[in-house]
Amino acid sequence: MGRYAFRRLIGAIPVFIGVIIVVFILTTIVPGDPARIMAGQAGKPETIAKIRREMGLDDPILVQMWRFFKSAITFNLGRSYRNNMDVNEAIWSRFPATVRLGLAGMVIAIVLGMTFGIISAVKQYSFLDYASMFVALLGISAPSFWVGLLLIYLFAVTLRWIPGTGTGNGEFVYLILPAVTLGIRPAALIARMTRSSMLEVIRQDYIRTAWAKGLGAKTVILKHALKNAMIPVITIIGVETASLLSGVVLIESVFQWPGVGRLFVEALTYRDFPIIRGEVLFLAGLFIFANLIVDMSYAFFDPRIRYD
Amino acid sequence: MGETLLGSAPAKQQIRAGERKGRSLWADGWRRLKKNRLAMLGLFIILLMTVLAIFAPLIAPYDPIEQLIWTEGKAAKLAPPSAKHWFGTDLYGRDILSRTIYGTRISLTIAVAASIVSLVIGVTLGAVAGYYGGRVDDSISWLINVIYAFPFLLFVLSIVAFRPASLSLVYVAIGFVSWPSIARVVRGQVLAIKETEFVEAAQAVGARDFKIIFRHILPNVIAPVIVQITLGMGSVIMIEASLTFLGFGTQPPTPSWGYMINQGREYLLSGQWWWSVFPGAAISLTVLGFNLLGDGLRDALDPRLNK
Repeated sequence: MGRYAFRRLIGAIPVFIGVIIVVFILTTIVPGDPARIMAGQAGKPETIAKIRREMGLDDPILVQMWRFFKSAITFNLGRSYRNNMDVNEAIWSRFPATVRLGLAGMVIAIVLGMTFGIISAVKQYSFLDYASMFVALLGISAPSFWVGLLLIYLFAVTLRWIPGTGTGNGEFVYLILPAVTLGIRPAALIARMTRSSMLEVIRQDYIRTAWAKGLGAKTVILKHALKNAMIPVITIIGVETASLLSGVVLIESVFQWPGVGRLFVEALTYRDFPIIRGEVLFLAGLFIFANLIVDMSYAFFDPRIRYD
Repeated sequence: MGETLLGSAPAKQQIRAGERKGRSLWADGWRRLKKNRLAMLGLFIILLMTVLAIFAPLIAPYDPIEQLIWTEGKAAKLAPPSAKHWFGTDLYGRDILSRTIYGTRISLTIAVAASIVSLVIGVTLGAVAGYYGGRVDDSISWLINVIYAFPFLLFVLSIVAFRPASLSLVYVAIGFVSWPSIARVVRGQVLAIKETEFVEAAQAVGARDFKIIFRHILPNVIAPVIVQITLGMGSVIMIEASLTFLGFGTQPPTPSWGYMINQGREYLLSGQWWWSVFPGAAISLTVLGFNLLGDGLRDALDPRLNK
């Protein structure tokens, strides 16, 4: 297990190096001069030239890439063009809000998804099975930002039960709508995967044995079947953590949630390249890390799994 | 791995087809697909949307960018759904039904074009990686992992946001980000198929690599790639809508579903729900169509599920 974890960790390094290179290419080879943006509309040519020199924009591209690479691995990504805030600080100050939203969304997704997935599998072809699978299909097909707007319209505008946007003073009610919106898509995918994975396991001999020896339904389904059906479910949960990071960009924008997703959209609008680079690196790093955790949890759920 | 099974089954079928007139994989698949009512519903939705896109000028009751406040007066501004305007009108008095119908054009164009881009890159790199193995495979697999490491939307946004809005930029960007899922499927299939006897036979008679890959290996990879592409089109439409919702990618006043939702969101909060709701429903319906058909195709074309 330890050796497996270590080799996985080493394997992630070249991927992260690739990510750094791609981020550099994406945010460097673009039309428009960042120095001009910093100097403002009325910036004099001398000012722009000075900024270009200070930022090293006149250096050869490979020199710039190497400098970016060094700054990326030392977490020294500079300051925001817009408000001169340190990039790390800007991201870290927004991160807790996103974590709160993401965790709440994922908890909703796992609880709803697995519950309905298990029920659907155990009661295959029942009304409940068809109904929950149809709802799951809708959940995958509807754009999350649109569903979010519908929820705001229904619960905040029409019924006036809970607030629609913002964070208030951090009260829990503000978290409900965005977290539900964020959780819908992963919940649907988890439900579908849990169902098909459980169906495969439930038909196996050892499950029949468990029933035959008179174990209770709870023990058979939750202990014998579920644990062996978990691997594909864990995979989906891991993969969905990634699209959660994409989803966060949209949902934070819909709900005016002050997290890293909205910071990213703001940075795009202002062409605030240090923030954009920092964000993409940060979120990609987070995603690689999430995948590592997923890989390691395979080894926990199925001890037969080893590296290569 | 299950891929071996999936890979060799169509191959066998081809050999058999030479001996007698058997049912091909495709006839078989179509027969199974026809029986799947949900998949047929999906196919119907996609055909419907395609017809709407092609014949939009004939079907749409109004010009999608015509501002009716000039001809119909103030009553045409943010008018709720009525017999005259089934989906209501927006702030500028444009007919939302017409804009929604025209919106199919952008969504489907992007879906097809992005799929072609990702198909070309994905099949080529996947086949090369699977066939040659070794260093080539290592570097292509590295590239796949790198692109997979980005949250999809973030990557596309970083490509699109700083460049002048254009349709071709959007589909190239989306295609460029979505090819790895196709490359992975193709690579796995090619790995399995290149060990089969008919490939060995082709190598023995001295066929060139290029010919072996395109004539002998790739035809056996088509089925899983079609499934992947169909499901992928749904997510392409979703990504396009997300981009335009955030205000990137499409130039107003071109009717685009995501942009319409974005424009209508403030009015939704004050009760004028129709501006955002109908284009969102159109996105959901179209994506649902591709998901239903994709699921059906997977069941129909995947011989592993023949029980």
